[in-house]
Amino acid sequence: MIRRIHSAHVQNHYSINAVLRHLLTLATVLAVLIFMFTWHVSVGAKSLPLDAVFQALFDGQAVTMTHVIVWDLRMPRALTAALVGGGLGVAGAMLQGVSRNPLAEPSLLGLMAGASFAVVMAVNTFHFSDVFWLPWVAAVGALIAAVVVWLIAQLAPGGLNSLNLILAGSAVTAFLASLVSVVLILNQETFEQLRVWLSGSLSGQKTNELKVAMPLMMVAFLFALYLSSKVTVLAMGDEVALGLGLKTGWLKVQVLICVVVLTACSVALAGPIGFVGLVIPHVVRLFVGVDYRWVIPYSALVGACYLLLVDIIARLALRPEEVSTGIVTALFGAPLFVYLVRARAR
Amino acid sequence: MNSSTRVSLPSRLVATQLEVGYGDRRVLNQVDFAVPNGQLTILVGPNGCGKSTLLKSLARILTPSGGVVCLDGQDIHQSRTRDVAKKLALLPQDPVAPEGMTVREVVAQGRFPHQRILQQWSREDERAVEEAMSVAQVNDFAHRSIGELSGGQRQRCWIAMVLAQETDLILLDEPTTFLDLKIQVDVMNLLARLAHEKQRTLVVVLHELNLAAAYADYLVMMRDGAVLHQGTPEEIFSPDNLYQVFGLDAQVIRDPHSDRLICVPTLPDLAVSRSAKLAVV
Ligand SMILES: Nc1ncnc2c1ncn2[C@@H]1O[C@H](COP(=O)(O)OP(=O)(O)O)[C@@H](O)[C@H]1O
Ligand SMILES: [Mg+2]
Repeated sequence: MIRRIHSAHVQNHYSINAVLRHLLTLATVLAVLIFMFTWHVSVGAKSLPLDAVFQALFDGQAVTMTHVIVWDLRMPRALTAALVGGGLGVAGAMLQGVSRNPLAEPSLLGLMAGASFAVVMAVNTFHFSDVFWLPWVAAVGALIAAVVVWLIAQLAPGGLNSLNLILAGSAVTAFLASLVSVVLILNQETFEQLRVWLSGSLSGQKTNELKVAMPLMMVAFLFALYLSSKVTVLAMGDEVALGLGLKTGWLKVQVLICVVVLTACSVALAGPIGFVGLVIPHVVRLFVGVDYRWVIPYSALVGACYLLLVDIIARLALRPEEVSTGIVTALFGAPLFVYLVRARAR
Repeated sequence: MNSSTRVSLPSRLVATQLEVGYGDRRVLNQVDFAVPNGQLTILVGPNGCGKSTLLKSLARILTPSGGVVCLDGQDIHQSRTRDVAKKLALLPQDPVAPEGMTVREVVAQGRFPHQRILQQWSREDERAVEEAMSVAQVNDFAHRSIGELSGGQRQRCWIAMVLAQETDLILLDEPTTFLDLKIQVDVMNLLARLAHEKQRTLVVVLHELNLAAAYADYLVMMRDGAVLHQGTPEEIFSPDNLYQVFGLDAQVIRDPHSDRLICVPTLPDLAVSRSAKLAVV
């Protein structure tokens, strides 16, 4: 079935039909997203019926108990899951396209470790907890880590190739992770404060963080859409892209800024969550091909659906205990990914 | 003797005193080269002599450390890169498309310089892509992934991408390497038609000397980062020049059927070595 969808897409890539088909698929994915969102909100200490949640979501005025639970207590977490999933999906897709490296993603390239390290240091040293600045602190950390990884890969024998980038990213990640461990061992108070956050968690009240991160991420999403057709051109190689009149250096800077913002906001909201950025773009490409004008919006939607689903599982699996979302992401996602790749290969 | 100073044909793309290198290493030394309009120009020279470097510099992919490349009288590095891309296309050596990209998607990327943010895909783009695909004869496998094609099909697909760009000038780096002779001839026929029927200006780097002599309107011989000889094959395709440029001992003879010049490398006397072998047996 996967195969049929794919070949249907491939025919007449640019015809009206193809665009219609894409819009239809997009609408379907959007419907799935709304369903996931509603389901996510319905799950909790007091389980709500789906239709009541749906009603409360789309009726902004009512002042019932359900309404309060939905809007004030559960909505922020659902929004966080959707934003983080979408943000990491888009960040991974853009990095993979620009670096022509299927393994590129924020956590493997060291950006996430950089962001986490910066947050830990800020909390530890300055007892910093002003949510307004948290995404910016994370962004600075992610940016510095990205530049360091890039420099190490550049200076290594063989230059800036896929393998060197991943090796440099792993090295920087391991190094920063050790530093974080040292800091946490030496400082029990910081450890208690950040333990849950560092395992990638969506729990806790995120309303204030959301007020800062959501607008930033929305702008980054729009920027990513604007860059998407250029990413497709760059994916054909630097020389081809330059020949087609693309300013490749400038595009890479723009993509890096976009990815850093998305990663930093995600880390500020939910801690380091791996896997989503790596796998979601691959899953999306299995279905929509390699044109980033489609890969990027689908990565946002599918990433959001995925993290919503994962967070539902994280809360339901060992109820009333709650598993960290970051742990469930890979636990549940890895087999799913293997299944999809095998299904597509047939 | 040195024919590289002759300049007379009208030209839109001109390199003057061009110096290009990688890091500290200079690869091109003060190259003067004017691409003749509307002709098929073929660039030959030993491996590593700087052919690709010259082509990339002409296409503003590499920035020269000295000298200048002018397109229509304007420094190509001072012009807007999109405007240049509407006039001049480059097919680099061994391009690689992302895995899973279809032929049609690759060809469609050729329209990039013609697109605006708000007008992503116009009827004009559609027409250009259709035309490019039929000229390069890739219609039959338009919806296949480029990774699963044969070498010749893949090369025609890249040529189609460059054609979709609809530029007057087209630079191609070794478009026939690793192809069967028959496919090489097909590709060269296609390129010759573009120059002669559609008045495009082509510069093509080739490895195969006899194909170069057969198809070139204008032949350029490079060695060690310098242009040693340029002119029609009749003027410069000679044993002396081949020896000077390639260190190749060869006869240049005229094929009685086609009247074309061909070079035949001189080998140790085969008859002698064969009988020597027999004697050993
Ligand atoms: N990216 C590069 N970095 C360093 N040296 C290079 C690079 N590309 C080419 N060279 C060197 O420049 C010289 C000319 O290369 P090139 O223009 O590719 O030659 P050709 O195309 O004639 O075989 C060669 O000696 C090659 O080793
Ligand atoms: Mg070369």
